[in-house]
Amino acid sequence: MKRILAATSIAMGLLSSAAWADDLTIGLSSEPTAIDPHYHNLTPNHSLTRHIFDPLIGQDEVQGLYPALAVSWKPIDDTTWEVKLREGVKFHDGTDFNADDVVFSFERAPNVPNSPSSMSTYTSGKTIVKVDDYTIHVKTEGPYPLVPNEISQIAIISDSIKDTSTTADFNSGKAAIGTGPFKFKAFVPGDKIEMAANADYWGGAPGWDNLTFKPIPSDPARVAALLSGDVDIINDVPTSDVETLKTKAADQVSLWQGSSNRVIYLHLDQFRENSPFVKGVDGSDIKNPLLDVRVRKALSMAINRPGIVDRVMEGVALPAGQLLPKGFFGVSEKLQPLDYDAKGAKALLAEAGYPDGFELTIHGPNDRYLNDAKIAEAVGQMLTRIGLKMHVETMPRSVFFTRASSGAEGLPEFSLILAGWGAGSGEASSPLKSLVHTYDKAGGFGSSNRGRHSDPEVDALIEKALATVDDDKRRALLVEATEKSIENVAIIPLHFQVNTWATRKGLAYEPRTDEYTIAMGVSKN
Amino acid sequence: MQTDPMLAFLIRRTGQSAIVVLLMATIVFFGVNVVGDPVHMLVSPDADQAEIERVIRQFGLDRPVIEQYGLFLKGAIQGDLGTSFIFGQPAVQLILQRFPATLELAVSALVIALVFGIPLGVYAGIRPDTRSARAIMAASIFGFSLPTFWVGIMLIMFFSVQLQWLPSTGRGDVGSFLGIESSLFTLDGLRHIILPASNLALLKMSMIIRLTRAGAREVMQQDYIKFARAKGLSFGRIVRVHLLKNIMIPVVTVLGLEFGSLIAFSVVTESIYAWPGMGKLLIDSVLQLDRPVIVAYLMIVVFLFVLINLIVDVIYSALDPRVSLTGAKS
Repeated sequence: MKRILAATSIAMGLLSSAAWADDLTIGLSSEPTAIDPHYHNLTPNHSLTRHIFDPLIGQDEVQGLYPALAVSWKPIDDTTWEVKLREGVKFHDGTDFNADDVVFSFERAPNVPNSPSSMSTYTSGKTIVKVDDYTIHVKTEGPYPLVPNEISQIAIISDSIKDTSTTADFNSGKAAIGTGPFKFKAFVPGDKIEMAANADYWGGAPGWDNLTFKPIPSDPARVAALLSGDVDIINDVPTSDVETLKTKAADQVSLWQGSSNRVIYLHLDQFRENSPFVKGVDGSDIKNPLLDVRVRKALSMAINRPGIVDRVMEGVALPAGQLLPKGFFGVSEKLQPLDYDAKGAKALLAEAGYPDGFELTIHGPNDRYLNDAKIAEAVGQMLTRIGLKMHVETMPRSVFFTRASSGAEGLPEFSLILAGWGAGSGEASSPLKSLVHTYDKAGGFGSSNRGRHSDPEVDALIEKALATVDDDKRRALLVEATEKSIENVAIIPLHFQVNTWATRKGLAYEPRTDEYTIAMGVSKN
Repeated sequence: MQTDPMLAFLIRRTGQSAIVVLLMATIVFFGVNVVGDPVHMLVSPDADQAEIERVIRQFGLDRPVIEQYGLFLKGAIQGDLGTSFIFGQPAVQLILQRFPATLELAVSALVIALVFGIPLGVYAGIRPDTRSARAIMAASIFGFSLPTFWVGIMLIMFFSVQLQWLPSTGRGDVGSFLGIESSLFTLDGLRHIILPASNLALLKMSMIIRLTRAGAREVMQQDYIKFARAKGLSFGRIVRVHLLKNIMIPVVTVLGLEFGSLIAFSVVTESIYAWPGMGKLLIDSVLQLDRPVIVAYLMIVVFLFVLINLIVDVIYSALDPRVSLTGAKS
């Protein structure tokens, strides 16, 4: 009898520990570099600090905007946005939130010492003016519609930490005081980050008592950690494991997939008469054929997008016909992924004067995007099928991006590259501005336009859209710019990445386009 | 005045080491600085051209390499090996923060390797023809040839995923004992360290088994062993006093070097088990081109190896009186 009792109590002990599962352990593929929300403009950092700090305006799973510490925002004239702040919100240390904290946060955000990538990208050109304790004005140099999107990237910190707010103080927890749903507990670099629920959260107490984030960059180890029950949810499930997890481990784990805001695309050299990696069939120098829109179109038609999605991405991607997937602001309803048509592509090449093709090298990174090197190889093979003599060269991203941006005397070094773009602001202006607009250092346009496509008409549309505050008008401009640039093959979109999270059975995750992994999106089902 | 041979030895060694360290500093600095470009790794793709230029200036990458090298040497002499591009903290501080985790993993692995390796090796050496000795040797070949990465994953699959006995990832709770903080002092910590330490120990254990076996076979043929037997000494005493002591020199030499590599390059094991040690920091830094951390890490490793070799030399003289430190001159 005693033995049975003992056994039962052990079983009860096990059960009760399972029933406490209000603690959540999250396995992350990349480690955040700091707790300081303004230190590094990097997805893992934003994803983590969202738990402790709130922005004025939040972005939901599909990057739609919702009121967080701001209750409303609207333009009151061409260069001023009025933002009303939420009243009655308290920081973790008990102090009240008001406009001073906002002003302080926006002053600090772009000026953190040693920042490897500062938040100035989102704060530049904006001045924050306190009107009263719960109203601020955001002043811009000209009409600027992206004010709400951009200020949604800035976490609000308490101005009570003014004198001590170094990044190290955030990492130690001393200054990690926000208004968010979780409070900072501990940060052990390389090992874990711990947080506890903020029971007084203005949006209601969160569904989890304690959070532990564990960085597990090794793919098989992260999957194993989930299977062994050491973590409850992981992000970036490797595409090669998706099928296995779906079929063989279906009773242990659930998968949650959603399209991301990241397009994988090809850029083509469109600014040089003699492109360094283009040669005639006989190996001689020829005039860059990629300057001819028919050739670019032929290349795009030669790519079997569903084939790449099925074979290379193992089904975990969506064929792309433009710069952002359906559902995002400013995408075209008309544009579809170009149909695979090798014959048509060949005919088009012949029409452009290249019946026998030419020699071309595709360059790409091999450690940046999901299966990037394999995609480059697949593209190489597909272009070989329409008669091009292809070479494929992939390299680590630390070498690739520099050479692709400014390798040859400050100019892009390659002729055809594979790269990817995630639209942080959640609207089509982001890829249009950086990838399609003419390279313009002074204006900050075309910073990642590594093919140097240049179309004054499209430039004008993009610039106009970025100065049009009215949503409907802006949407129309963005759609027009997208359609024009795709028609001229400024860029060849291949596919949109699909993000995959896996949770243990009994949990659910709301997939996010911005690739964040946040505890607020994890629920029990 | 008679100089202390030990002191003279230490002074000479320090001089030699300083030259090695300087040479390494030069090779490492230039080696790391010609590869890739960290700026495009760090800056958000959203950033405009002005922000990219700000970051280049901030890290001093706009200066000529020679000038960067001069600044690096100047800092190094003052004990400052640079500031991490990614974490914005002094590189040395970042590495030393991770040192305890790596040290406890290396020590645990070494202990496991010794505790199992030496008895198995001695046994295989004394009774080379038995079936179990052959099994030990066959197993040691597997220990040598199976890749650490694969074994690590298999250990996780078996002990964590299938049996669910041990945690698969991370370091456990840290306890404090006599003022030393280590995860070896808590049950949770011990549970976490078993798999990574065993994985790391496997290769070293195989090596120790083979070394000990070879030594034991050779020593068992020696006259003094036969004589000791003839004198009627117990077998246990022969093994402990006459055999073990004589086979330890090569084992200690190799262990010294191997301990260094256990600390410095347990990169694979630390990555698989997400162990927050220096090896994982190194691989992360290499992948993200955090140059100051890579340089500082390699400098610390050079320093560590120099130190370990020195200690090994001193241990020799303790193990074998015939090895004198003055003799190490040549």
